[in-house]
Amino acid sequence: MMAIFIRGGRVIDPSQNLDEELEVLIEGDRIAALGRDLSPPPGAKIISAHGKIVAPGFIDMHVHLREPGYEHKETIATGTRAAAAGGFTSVVCMANTLPVADNVGVIAYIKEKARKEGMVRVYPVGAVSKGQEGEEMAEIGDLASAGVVALSDDGRPVMNSLVMRYALEYARMFNLPIISHCEDENLANGGVMHEGYMSTVLGLRGIPAAAEEVMVARDLILAEMTGGKIHLAHLSTAGSVRLLKEARSRGIRVSAEVTPHHLCLTDKMVETYDTNTKVNPPLRPDEHRQALVEALVQGIIEVIATDHAPHAQEEKEQEYDYAPFGISGLETAVPLVITCLVLPGQLSWSQMIRAWSTNPARILGIPGGTLAEGSVADVTIIDPDREKEVDSQKFYSKGRNTPLTGWKLKGWPAVTIVGGKVVMEEGQVLE
Amino acid sequence: MALARKDLLGIKDLTPEEINLILETAGPMKEILGRDIKKVPTLRGKLVVLLFYEPSTRTRTSFELAAKYMGADTVNFSPAASSVEKGESLKDTAQTLEAMGADAVVIRHRSGGAAAFLARTLKAAVLNGGDGMHEHPTQALLDMFTIKEKLGRLEGIKVAIVGDILHSRVARSNIYGLTKMGAEVRVVGPPTLLPPDIEKLGVKVFFRMEEGLEGVDVINMLRIQKERQERGLFPSLREYMNLYKLTAQRLKLARPGALVLHPGPINRGIEIDPEVADGMQSVIKEQVTNGVAVRMALLYLMIGGGK
Repeated sequence: MMAIFIRGGRVIDPSQNLDEELEVLIEGDRIAALGRDLSPPPGAKIISAHGKIVAPGFIDMHVHLREPGYEHKETIATGTRAAAAGGFTSVVCMANTLPVADNVGVIAYIKEKARKEGMVRVYPVGAVSKGQEGEEMAEIGDLASAGVVALSDDGRPVMNSLVMRYALEYARMFNLPIISHCEDENLANGGVMHEGYMSTVLGLRGIPAAAEEVMVARDLILAEMTGGKIHLAHLSTAGSVRLLKEARSRGIRVSAEVTPHHLCLTDKMVETYDTNTKVNPPLRPDEHRQALVEALVQGIIEVIATDHAPHAQEEKEQEYDYAPFGISGLETAVPLVITCLVLPGQLSWSQMIRAWSTNPARILGIPGGTLAEGSVADVTIIDPDREKEVDSQKFYSKGRNTPLTGWKLKGWPAVTIVGGKVVMEEGQVLE
Repeated sequence: MALARKDLLGIKDLTPEEINLILETAGPMKEILGRDIKKVPTLRGKLVVLLFYEPSTRTRTSFELAAKYMGADTVNFSPAASSVEKGESLKDTAQTLEAMGADAVVIRHRSGGAAAFLARTLKAAVLNGGDGMHEHPTQALLDMFTIKEKLGRLEGIKVAIVGDILHSRVARSNIYGLTKMGAEVRVVGPPTLLPPDIEKLGVKVFFRMEEGLEGVDVINMLRIQKERQERGLFPSLREYMNLYKLTAQRLKLARPGALVLHPGPINRGIEIDPEVADGMQSVIKEQVTNGVAVRMALLYLMIGGGK
């Protein structure tokens, strides 16, 4: 494998508290050297990164690749190309496939497909319960030996608290985190958007903030009781943030993520009934959004994850009530967060990179998240000056379901390097 | 004069001037309805499609009569009798209607925003005949027409809307319309049947009839559905009737001669006592007549000579 020499970039690596202009030398699939005044070895591919940010590869710890079972929405091939285009070197894919990833066979299938057709690293999540029915634990030991990095019934909550308790306890012996989709289905009551002023005006059934918060509270209590490792998926409310803050201040083993859309968009966007704004948890009013941003800045929420949820066009081209939940996020996530939060100065570059690389690697115990010498050569280079209009028709993802079409975003990923191989350059995925 | 808009999706988007224009146009339309030969050629050659995904007798019939009295052709397109049963999407249905040459489509749908969806897809005028819990603009217009005809004005009057506000598109459209025209609007119902932040729409909220009806000029009673009890929103119809039924006794709380409205169909004896529904102060039958007049006015203003 050819050596790669990244020259002139501003290297920001929170794992080493680095933020300076440095050269990066990659040899084979490893970071060989990091320093000033390095010179490229003969024959090295030279990437000029002047004016750009060089970061450890971004890890999206919450995506839906839809394969097996929903290949009309997305496949491992298309989803990982979308990831590469979006600046991600690793994705963690959720278990709500068909069949559900609750057994070794499905996990092996995903890994094999990813090896053959994937463009970035793929880490499967196994289901918490058989069939994601929330009744009986899946064979967690089997899943662990098949190489899952976490357990989750994401897409559905584990409504039965006893099942959740046992899963948290049992998963301890494999040191696997449980990623919890916090939603009380009874309180959610078939809602399709946030319950509040906008749902009243639009006449749509609402999902109250409480539907998330009571489950966050339950999961924190169970995490404390069991000592299990819990990761709260896609937090969306100010109340969840308060509960998380309190739990963390008492040392409970818990981490949490927030999506770019909950950080940047509000339920005001539902006004046009654009089904691309329909997502679960729903977009919330601005006071919730602000609380999430603040929690991210303060490190109470440690991770940004897309919850990339691609759907076919005809599925979204329906009445708001009937359209499925989800936003196709991989290809807009990074520039959205940069445009909304980093460039206006609310979130620093290093805070963003920590939340999108260092922290997910640490929480899941997977390679990457650092540019330290000898670590895997997963690198994301961002051009903070590049401005481009979102055009979902040009997505690599099969899911064109974004509410951001036509938005001008600034700060796009310029190069994605996975294991010493350039997989994306200037928005083009390299086959 | 014409309405400078392709569609009528809700009252929220209308200006007071537009509302006045519609109400003023409905007057002469009502005069046509009183004639021996209730037919004018104004919309001859126009096609009005009635696309009803939810069962409805009065709104559909009212629109159909309005279109026919104006000389338009009408086509009924309803789930039970069409490909909707086979699961055709609203988008495909819309394209079919377009290809048939519809000039206006009236849509009734159980999902909020369905009318907006159709309006985006179609070049034809879309009239919202009720979409989910969102809006039912023609009902509010006919209610306002009725009130104005009886009381001579909308400004400054007090209107109580009573019952299941949460699920009611009629309530929302009336709230927008009446507040725009300067009326004071109260909503009366149990907390479980009031939508969140409803007071931000400029209404006063009351839980008890005894307080909410005090001194009002108009009482608009909403239909209560048994299904709401099954979903746990109130304990029993018996208790609902005890708390919210409009009885002759409760009617006395309102200003003497106050009007009683109901969008229909009424649950006789449940949300309203028969003696009130059929009583002197009830204008429920007038509402039906006025509904045709208001819909004639709208069709005229939107696809007729007014355009």
